[in-house]
Amino acid sequence: MRVMLFAGLKEKAGNQVIELETDGSMKVSDLKERIYADYPSLEGEVFQVASNEAFVKDDHTLTSGDTIALIPPVSGG
Amino acid sequence: MKQFEVVETPLEPTAYHKFVLNEKQGAICTFTGHVREWTKGTQTIYLEYEAYVPMAEKMLAQIGDEISERWPGVLTSIGHRIGRLDISDIAVVIATSSPHRADSYRANEYAVERLKEIVPIWKKEIWSDGEEWIGDSRHYHSSIKENES
Repeated sequence: MRVMLFAGLKEKAGNQVIELETDGSMKVSDLKERIYADYPSLEGEVFQVASNEAFVKDDHTLTSGDTIALIPPVSGG
Repeated sequence: MKQFEVVETPLEPTAYHKFVLNEKQGAICTFTGHVREWTKGTQTIYLEYEAYVPMAEKMLAQIGDEISERWPGVLTSIGHRIGRLDISDIAVVIATSSPHRADSYRANEYAVERLKEIVPIWKKEIWSDGEEWIGDSRHYHSSIKENES
C-alpha cells in the first residue's frame, strides 16, 4: 500500500512516499497504528487520511489500489 | 485559468474577479491574502507553500458548492499560489459575486474560513534563525465532522 506524505510529515519521515506491506486492504484506524509503529519519527503526529482525494474516517476500509495520503493540519490562505 | 486552482506563478486577481461576473450579478468581493512580514513579533523572511494539488483543487470546488447551497446565486472562484512567496506577495485570491452585495461579503469570508480548514495546503514560515511548518490544529477536528456529509 502506497501512502503519500506532505509538509512536516514528509520532512519528519524523510520520504515523500512510504510503502506498507498489507494483505490488500486495511482500515484507516489500522493504517494509523501501522504508521506510528513502523515510523517512529511520526509517532504522535496528528493527521487525517485521504483516499482518492477525499477525507475518510477511521472505520473506512482502504484497498491497495486507492490513492492514499496523510494530511497534516492544513495552513493555507 | 480554472475556476478553482492551485498555481505556482503569481496570482492575478482580475482573472478571478472577471470569472464570477455575469449579467445577473450586481456585486463582486475579491479578497487577496498576502504574505505578512510580522506575526506576533516574529519576522518572516519568506514563506514556502506546498499543496496536494489535485485534492486541494477538489476541496476548493467543494467550498464553491457549499457556498452555492448556502447562498444560492453566488458564484465563487479561488486561486491559491504555492512555492516560495515573498513579503506582500498574494497567496490566495477569492472572488465571490452575487445579485446583491450582502451575500458576496458573507460568502467570501466563509470561503477563506473553510479554506483554512479543509484544503490540503501547507505553509512553512522561514525566519532569519529557523523555519517551521504551520498547522492550525484549532480547526482540525471540527472540519472533519463538518465534512462527513
